[in-house]
Amino acid sequence: MSCIDPASVAGKAPPIDLTTDLLIIGAGPAGMSAALTAAGHGVRVMLVDENPIPSRTMAEDVPLHFGGRMAATLSNQNAVLERLVDANPRLLQAMDAGVDVRLGTAVWGLFPQHSTAAWLGGAVAGLADTESVYLVRFKQAIVATGRRDMGLAFAGWQRPGVMGVSAAYRLAITYGALEAKVAVLVGSDTEALHSANALAEAGVRIEAILEQSVHVVGSPQILASLTSRGTRVFTRHVVQEACGDNFGVTSIKIVEVDAEGHHLRERAQMLSCDTLLLGIGAVPTIELVEACGCEVSFLAERGGHVPLIDAWQRTSLPNIYVAGDCAGIWPSKTLSDAVASREGRLAANAALSALNVPAAAVEECPVTPDIPVCDLSANRLSWVRASVLGSSTDPTVCQCEEVTAAEMLSLRPPRYLGWTARTSCQEQHEPPSNPDVVKRLTRAGMGACQGRRCREQIAALIALESKMTLADIPLATYRPPVRPLTLAQLASLPESPAMAPHWDSWFGMPTQWVPFWRVPGAYTVATRNSNEPAGGE
Amino acid sequence: MSEPQRSRGAACIVVGGGVTGLSAAWWLAREGVDTLVIEAGPIGWAASGRNGGGCSHHHSPLFREEQRLWPLMDELLGYPTEFQPNRIRIALSESQMTLFRRAFDNAAHQGFRTDILDPKQVRELVPLAGENVHGGYFHHFGGHANPHRTVQAYAWALQDQGGRIMQHTCVEGFDRRGSRIAGVVTNRGAFSCDHVVIAAGPATSTLAAQLGITVPLMTARAEMIVTEPLPLMPVGGVDGNGLYGRQTLRGNLAYGGGPHEWVLMADTPPVRPHSTILQGSIARRLSELLPKAGHARVIRSWAGFIENTPDGRPVIDRPPELENLTIATLSSVGFGLSPAAGRAIRDLVVNGACTFADLSIFKLSRFAALEADWRSRQGWLPIGPGASAVA
Repeated sequence: MSCIDPASVAGKAPPIDLTTDLLIIGAGPAGMSAALTAAGHGVRVMLVDENPIPSRTMAEDVPLHFGGRMAATLSNQNAVLERLVDANPRLLQAMDAGVDVRLGTAVWGLFPQHSTAAWLGGAVAGLADTESVYLVRFKQAIVATGRRDMGLAFAGWQRPGVMGVSAAYRLAITYGALEAKVAVLVGSDTEALHSANALAEAGVRIEAILEQSVHVVGSPQILASLTSRGTRVFTRHVVQEACGDNFGVTSIKIVEVDAEGHHLRERAQMLSCDTLLLGIGAVPTIELVEACGCEVSFLAERGGHVPLIDAWQRTSLPNIYVAGDCAGIWPSKTLSDAVASREGRLAANAALSALNVPAAAVEECPVTPDIPVCDLSANRLSWVRASVLGSSTDPTVCQCEEVTAAEMLSLRPPRYLGWTARTSCQEQHEPPSNPDVVKRLTRAGMGACQGRRCREQIAALIALESKMTLADIPLATYRPPVRPLTLAQLASLPESPAMAPHWDSWFGMPTQWVPFWRVPGAYTVATRNSNEPAGGE
Repeated sequence: MSEPQRSRGAACIVVGGGVTGLSAAWWLAREGVDTLVIEAGPIGWAASGRNGGGCSHHHSPLFREEQRLWPLMDELLGYPTEFQPNRIRIALSESQMTLFRRAFDNAAHQGFRTDILDPKQVRELVPLAGENVHGGYFHHFGGHANPHRTVQAYAWALQDQGGRIMQHTCVEGFDRRGSRIAGVVTNRGAFSCDHVVIAAGPATSTLAAQLGITVPLMTARAEMIVTEPLPLMPVGGVDGNGLYGRQTLRGNLAYGGGPHEWVLMADTPPVRPHSTILQGSIARRLSELLPKAGHARVIRSWAGFIENTPDGRPVIDRPPELENLTIATLSSVGFGLSPAAGRAIRDLVVNGACTFADLSIFKLSRFAALEADWRSRQGWLPIGPGASAVA
């Protein structure tokens, strides 16, 4: 005799009216080309893009490190939307081709079927716009969520005006709403130079480029374009402090460093600027795919942790694909949209074939990354060593929870607990090897920005402490919702009417909470007492 | 953590570095017992680190000791657990008020005090509560602690006492000599021992089976959510309305509850427990419980795999078939009871019986007549293709 545990999730999937065959997340070059490839084949295609992002979300440095440099024009969301559509004519083309295009819509979670999470009976995505939070059932999903910038701590990096270079690019180029006049670029890879050059063309004066290494890392042509506009280059230099007031950065103190990253204090100088562009590492935005269970690995030639994919951009999960920067970042891809577009087409064709659509004959070759020009891990570790560990001030690395590098590496309980070691042996435990351990014990990376500004730095600090490479450090897990949603928003999600009657705080087992003085001796299912109240506590 | 010699053993090997195993190991090490904890992953990585942190288990024979020990734990361990005393349970309806009365009665039976609160009193003590409060209980016992911090505190305190921990080490078998276990075989070598404690959460059943001992268990996945920090309420241990959880000392609301999903052990690690859109249903009930927190942003969700025995009660027992084996599973309610459970396990290992409570209801022998198909009879079945594989 068999039954269904009434307190389990079995049979309680919520009603979800909205269904699509192919969900594409991100309307950049990869997502757009995927959408246009998939359109017109008789399958339902939904293309979502979170831009325009609500200004409140941007103010929290989500999803990019915007550093408070959003211009007031952003508050006119209609004008912003118009600008986005004007700048991307392929959006209208996709709409004309029958694609369900949803702008201003963030995907905060992907919930594919797992053997241990099967109650939804298929793959579901969680979406949110300014009006509502809702669910979509999908068969295949192409994730093309782009990149964000690795953070880098130094004294004063919490000031407005310290921001990611991709964030500045997004504000200036996509939104036309960057509040910056004079900027200094920290980092010199091709990704950073490319963004900075676009900012220069948009009227931002790029005062200087700082590089901790002896050489500029990225494209000499773009560097030449910048220096021809008067940009100065400081190799073997890092930021010692971002100075300014509550309104933001007004100047920075830069300092020369030696080969070990030590600050040569007598070689410090001041530069005037209102903006610091962090460009030490473009990081693939993998939060959705990692959180939903796609296997990821640190691949230096792809810019960091990325989902493992096959020649068709397929991840380890059968119905999830990645394309564009979130599948990997390398110079030739940064310099030409054609690479990301090709990935989008590959993914779309693979998805169509999975949907049993006789796909158009495909001559696309698999996309492979460039051969790396530098040791990505060593480069990022050198930056963190010179900027964070080289600083005499032990700067706060996790801004949300105010945790310094020294506190992270010694796994010190948060300051608000007021704990002090009683004995010396309490100070001498082995250093952490996992960012999630650092997070649990120090709270670093646990804050409202969901670790976007500090997670790569924490991994680097652990690697430096243990003399390992970034590839050796486990990735701190991502968890939905990958965009902050209010309790009230999440609470508005649909729920099966079967959910409430047997809702219980714990397993809903009548026998579990019987007080010990009333527990019978032997237990069998046939003789168990089911008359006790089921509610757990 | 120093790497033990490959051949080196310990007087007592604890298999499982969760909150129960670490507490037991710490209690043993305090006694001067040379103790080694072997953990397949990182310590406290499963349900031990992911739970509501509650310490108010009035139904358990370990309750008195749980209540006695928690206020002492920071001092005893030498590291902060973030323990905070007392608990408020809010009822939003008459039926919830009646259900929650059980805690009042059980605690009173054992000499602990509870005050009944009217809605106004609830709102004074819980500023985030709303007009929908029906009533509440203020328990002058129980409380909550930080699971991550507590797990690490046990581990550090254990090491401070000379105990050892091997993480990322899988137990592959036991060296059994007649009715004794002579050693534990792992992927990093064999370790001799005088006594073995198996406290390995969902894996307890398969490990015990290698010794011919049946521990009936089924594993489930459960979920929690956490919000951004909010101003601290006077009492952080606030729950009710079908939820368990707390406001952390940092100010986050961390709550769980609602239905679980039964899973097959074969599918648990390496597949990590994924949270699902159940977070919407949890958020719905949390925003009913604490309506003034509706604006708070949810920044994370968790899921964990948890084991249960058929009756949901712990097993803490020395099976008579073997001379030197102790088995412990707390059956999904292990965190709060861990100080007392660890001490009880220490007693079983050292003295053969618990010195401070009658643990006869935790004996494995209660399942002697359990039906072979108990899982399907209770409806404890995975969803989907795996379901048919379970008897």
